[in-house]
Amino acid sequence: MKNLKKLLYSRKAAPYVFVLPFILSFTVFWIYPLFSTVKMSFQSILPGEIRWVRFDNYNKLLKDSVFHLAIKNSFQYMLLTLVLLIPFPMLFASVMDSNLVKLKGLYKALLYLPALTSVVVAGTIFRLMFSELEGSQMNQLLSWFKIEPIKWLKLRSTSYFALLTIACWRWTGVNMLYFLSGLKNIDKGLYEAAEIDGAGGRQKFMYVTLPLLKPTTIYVLTISIYAGLAMFLESFMLWNGNASPNNIGLTIVGYLYKRGIEKNQLGYASAVGLVLLGIALTINIIQLIMNGTFRKEEKA
Amino acid sequence: MKRLTDADSSKEKKDKKLEEEVYKGKDSKKRIYRMSEKRKISSITATVFFTFLGILVIFPFAAAVLASFRPGQELIRYGLSVKLDRAGMTLNNYRYLFSGKHNYFLWFKNSLVLTILSVSLTLIICYFVAYGLAMYQYKLKNLLLFLVIATMMVPFEILMLPLYQEMIDLRLINTTAGVVLPGLCGASTIFFFRQFMIGLPVELLDAGRIDGATEYGICLRIMLPITKPAFAAMAILTGMGAWNSMLWPLLVYREARKFTLPIGLNTLLTPYGNNYDLLITGSCFAVLPILVLFLCFQSYFIDGMTAGAVKG
Repeated sequence: MKNLKKLLYSRKAAPYVFVLPFILSFTVFWIYPLFSTVKMSFQSILPGEIRWVRFDNYNKLLKDSVFHLAIKNSFQYMLLTLVLLIPFPMLFASVMDSNLVKLKGLYKALLYLPALTSVVVAGTIFRLMFSELEGSQMNQLLSWFKIEPIKWLKLRSTSYFALLTIACWRWTGVNMLYFLSGLKNIDKGLYEAAEIDGAGGRQKFMYVTLPLLKPTTIYVLTISIYAGLAMFLESFMLWNGNASPNNIGLTIVGYLYKRGIEKNQLGYASAVGLVLLGIALTINIIQLIMNGTFRKEEKA
Repeated sequence: MKRLTDADSSKEKKDKKLEEEVYKGKDSKKRIYRMSEKRKISSITATVFFTFLGILVIFPFAAAVLASFRPGQELIRYGLSVKLDRAGMTLNNYRYLFSGKHNYFLWFKNSLVLTILSVSLTLIICYFVAYGLAMYQYKLKNLLLFLVIATMMVPFEILMLPLYQEMIDLRLINTTAGVVLPGLCGASTIFFFRQFMIGLPVELLDAGRIDGATEYGICLRIMLPITKPAFAAMAILTGMGAWNSMLWPLLVYREARKFTLPIGLNTLLTPYGNNYDLLITGSCFAVLPILVLFLCFQSYFIDGMTAGAVKG
């Protein structure tokens, strides 16, 4: 007993005691579910009856047009958010970093505010703003330009517009902060050196800011890809549940939820989840290789 | 934030001084004058632009707050529209909200309990884990660090169904433990603490050891006080996450009496009756705690937010 206590207090054992909670949580809430979702994806699971069906779930997925639509929706959303939520916040951050703006703190706080709200609140507000009623904000805006009211959330293109508006509203400020903290790490002397070499504002941005912001950009890109592909709650709130007309707002996670929770087909839903995992990992590995992250590590 | 603005303003002062000095010089007088004029114009343009952006961002909030003072039928009839006329404004929505005829404050209380519980447990556990990952050299360390990062790489949504199944097997459905437990070892929180700690001098540990403190004593009595700023940043960030979390609680909680605010608010809209008035009023009120927290501890929010990005 005394020996055990001595061991527990030794410098060798202490780190393991410290990381023990992580090891436990990792095994129980990460490894186990990950393996069981792989297992479940090869099974047909009905109450009280579990059957091994080999690749049946995946074969079905290949032919499932609703799933293809969900993938298409998620990808479209992800790509559009990347286009909107990386260049613009980067530009805003560099303008803010250039000391042209007074009251920086105020603007930073203002732009960060939407990130504090839950999806429920944001979704509710935007659903009402994009309502098909004549008096809704967006339709009022249209009426200024003498355009007839639109059923925003019943058409594919306009509902994407609504989804993207929420995304931009919520994440522009956050991404801007990421870029701002990246900009803080850039040595200001480099700009002076570039200036001496005769570089203008645009050239400084292209040849100093952009390359040196790369680590931050990779980070923002990575989290944006995940967030885009895993989007679900925004759609869930905008259409008050997981049922948008003609599935225009159905995402991969939405489909996983639909099959797994609403229809209780855990096996099939697991297959959906693993496809999502495959997509997310592939994109990120490609993206990391293209950015040379692995190369750099080898050198160091 | 304070540090930032201080640095900014001192830099601005320096810039101004420099400009003035050069301005006094005779030969380049004209050129410099033109440049500062140009700078002034772009400064005004930038400020106007950010003001515009700020208004765009605030607008939906403002519209929601205004709507919370109007009868619910208006929302159903017109959607969310900004009307500034005083006529028809009423406090009835708030009166109804505080009357306690529904579960709103029960949900509010549940959310509060869940948030406090998960923040305190997450911080304690993640602090210890990060300490173990940052302050020692041992064989498995790099593997463990890799695993922490790996958990960040797999979206939670993929593990959601098997976890749900696991919770059923463990009989944790409809319990707060079921909601809190899977999130306790948050990889990003561990990572943040670790990043904070590897910046601290290791000599402190040795000093503690020489003075005869145990490993755990060092962790609690020497490191803990130094790590306070990291605790503040993470408390706020995990608190916000817990207060707003929806997907996982939506699966675990089955009874209306157990719901947290986000799920509860969401149930106000059903195909059979839309309580938009209560929803919008309740939403405004639900943002309030976080808003107050944000206004008080802005810099911690921003530090916590950007801590992971710096290293890339």
